[in-house]
Amino acid sequence: MVSYFKDILVGFYSLLAGMSVTIRYFFQPIVTVQYPRDKITMTPRYRGHTQLALDEETSTHTCIACELCARTCPSQLITVKGVKVDKKKKVPWQYVIEYQYCSLCGLCIDVCPTNALEWSDEYRLAGYTREDSVFDLLTRFQRQQQMAGVPMTPIPEAPAVEEGEAEPVEEGKE
Amino acid sequence: MLERGLEEKTYVLNLGPQHPSTHGVLRVELEMEGEFITKADPDIGYGHRGHEHMAENRTYPQFLPNMGRVDYLHALAYNHGYCMAVEKLIGLEVPERGEFVRVITAELNRITSHLLWLGAYLLDLGAFTPILYSFDDRENALDLLDYLTGSRLTYCFYRFGGVPVDIDDDFTEGCRKFIQRLRSRWVDYDNLVTKNVIFIHRTRDVGLITQEQCIKYGLTGPMVRGSGLPYDIRRSEPYSVYPRFDFEIPIGERGDVMDRYLVRFREMEQSLRIIEQALDKIPNGPIMAEKVPKRIKPAAGEVYMAVESARGEFGCFVVSEGDPKPYRIKLRVPSFGNLSILPEIAVDTLVADLVAILGSIDVVVPEIDR
Amino acid sequence: METMAQPAAVSVFGMIVGLIAVIGLVSVNALFLIWMERKVSAHMQLRPGPMEVGWHGAIQTIADALKLMGKELITPRDVDRPVFWLAPIVVFLPVLLSFLVIPFSQNLIIRDMNVGVLLILAFAALTVLAILMAGWASNNKYSVFGSIRSVAQNVAYEIPLLITLMSIILIVGSFSLVDIVNAQSKYWFVLIQPVAFILYITCATAETNRAPFDLPEAESELVAGFHTEYTGMRFALFFLAEYTNMFIVASIATVFFLGGWRGPFLPGFAWFLIKVYFIIFLIMWFRWTFPRVRFDQLITFAWKILIPLAFANLIITAFIMKLL
Repeated sequence: MVSYFKDILVGFYSLLAGMSVTIRYFFQPIVTVQYPRDKITMTPRYRGHTQLALDEETSTHTCIACELCARTCPSQLITVKGVKVDKKKKVPWQYVIEYQYCSLCGLCIDVCPTNALEWSDEYRLAGYTREDSVFDLLTRFQRQQQMAGVPMTPIPEAPAVEEGEAEPVEEGKE
Repeated sequence: MLERGLEEKTYVLNLGPQHPSTHGVLRVELEMEGEFITKADPDIGYGHRGHEHMAENRTYPQFLPNMGRVDYLHALAYNHGYCMAVEKLIGLEVPERGEFVRVITAELNRITSHLLWLGAYLLDLGAFTPILYSFDDRENALDLLDYLTGSRLTYCFYRFGGVPVDIDDDFTEGCRKFIQRLRSRWVDYDNLVTKNVIFIHRTRDVGLITQEQCIKYGLTGPMVRGSGLPYDIRRSEPYSVYPRFDFEIPIGERGDVMDRYLVRFREMEQSLRIIEQALDKIPNGPIMAEKVPKRIKPAAGEVYMAVESARGEFGCFVVSEGDPKPYRIKLRVPSFGNLSILPEIAVDTLVADLVAILGSIDVVVPEIDR
Repeated sequence: METMAQPAAVSVFGMIVGLIAVIGLVSVNALFLIWMERKVSAHMQLRPGPMEVGWHGAIQTIADALKLMGKELITPRDVDRPVFWLAPIVVFLPVLLSFLVIPFSQNLIIRDMNVGVLLILAFAALTVLAILMAGWASNNKYSVFGSIRSVAQNVAYEIPLLITLMSIILIVGSFSLVDIVNAQSKYWFVLIQPVAFILYITCATAETNRAPFDLPEAESELVAGFHTEYTGMRFALFFLAEYTNMFIVASIATVFFLGGWRGPFLPGFAWFLIKVYFIIFLIMWFRWTFPRVRFDQLITFAWKILIPLAFANLIITAFIMKLL
């Protein structure tokens, strides 16, 4: 009989203890962010998508179109095509990533011999179609340069189509 | 359906694959008599993605991002297990500091996994609020991991030979703040959940698992520790730098759902202790091994490496035939073993108990299906 | 909104006006309660809740109601059509009738009956029928579970509910709600009957199928319980009935324990609403704090704890009344 009432009282007290917790939080400030109105700044290492890094000295990118990133990528979503501008130097005329396949592993950034790639802090990457997430990094890079206020690197012309090689199908997003 | 149910004594109830408490796409076929379960048959495979087969078509580094997606809640343990397996295969020594960073991040990740489990489990039991408190705490841990690794859920952070990013003072300070904060929250969780009379009644003596059953079914992680067996890979087959830390392995007494809850709850505190010690003891030095081969092409051989993930023993078995791509990678996932006991302990319980038991197993269904 | 002294024609007119007023009140009240629940739960969970539509999301529920109205009324193939169709209506009608006897203030009552309490409880019991109809007609195992649970639960909890109220009725000596409020002119009954108050709130929570006794709906076990198969406005009617039931049980608590419309400065109607919403806040507070009880524990709790305690309370009250 005593244990019966004791159980009830202990149980009742435990319920009150729980309620005291929730009511305390009821009067505490909220911790969430009203997303489209307030935004959180991304951490410096945030992995948005890959982009060409702006080299401070030369105000351009350092990509040499070696295609190592394209070969390392687990999902093979990078298309790099280079053109020789002089004997030694090669620059990309096309750098397209199909972001919808990207798993954000960062292997391309690790493997790059010239550190030409970096993570962007862009996180609003939703789109309506698959093509919305196909990024042309060279035109994006021009925009980056515009923002930084440095002269834009022109995108070189595609080399003349060699025999037996098809025209590149993919067109980057504008 | 109902007409037949009236004639027959038992009937079949499909719990899942679309059900709020099956944590993804698990389907449990229940044979029921009234509200009592006479037979429970988990049906897996709805989330099969073929990770093991993918491994056979990829080079060793290319398989890294997959390891963040098998068990998305404790991705860094999987990163850790796979990296260690490959490092063992090619004979690579990870510098000490690198291992310390790995341990700190893996333990932080374990806490986030347990916090999410805590909230989701209470959600299964019908309490809506704790999940938001635990997510509030979890976000703080995720911010720290985000600062270091750049992602918040499916990490692909460790590399063969170490880690790519070193911890800095900001991270250390943030970690210490987080440890303090989480410790101050224990009392709230206690009052809100652990001591709650309804919670105790829902979990005490439900889903009892004996030690013999644990061994018979090959359970690992909090499931086996809840039944009183102190089996933890971090202790029983020490890896990385875990032997240097002083931490306890919490065990339960009876092996019921409550004990498994308490084990996980106490494990978070032990993880905090490990992080604290690691932050104090971390040596200076490189974080990446010096001679990491550009092209990983291990000699023929096979290697097994087990780590303690939040759910139990994760084992990574790699077979190499001397190619840049592995011949076979077999992942031993804890949830699969843990789920296998469900048919035995679910018999003669109510649906509500089944939900409590299923929650206490802490299944991550994509991990089972792989 | 007339008292009984008026001639019959005026009284009938009053009842029609009252009915329209009640329907208005029910809708506005439900809209407000849903908004309130979302806000209360949100702030307990450290988030702001609806913020976009109107001031602090005040008309969010109206937007939701409009959306629900626009939704297709899906009738699954194998349902028992007439019953399936009737259930949302049956659940809603008794809710309206209960408002007949609730005294919002001294004169603001549609009809003061001398069996007021019994009337409300009788109508409340009809809700079970509707839930059973909905669950059975849906031809869904989860729904049947929910409705069967609901019946057992409501039967078990109506007993302590009535016995608890009996101890107050014993003191007052009348079933009329107005008499009960008038008897509390000196002090509220919550002061002399605290155990009864706690028991009543517990039973009321169970009667309205609210967490921690929300087993008929038990989201994590039964998907959505008895209303799994309902969509659009039909679902909205169940929702509306649930919140209105909450209002009714809270008004009974106000009348029986918190002195009804009595209070200084403000008009009676305002005091009544303040007290009712306080009780509703309490019930919401329970929901956002506790885990759900298991079904057998729910019944055990009713028969082994609530009913003995309610009887003990009644006997002690009777004893003291005799002594006085």
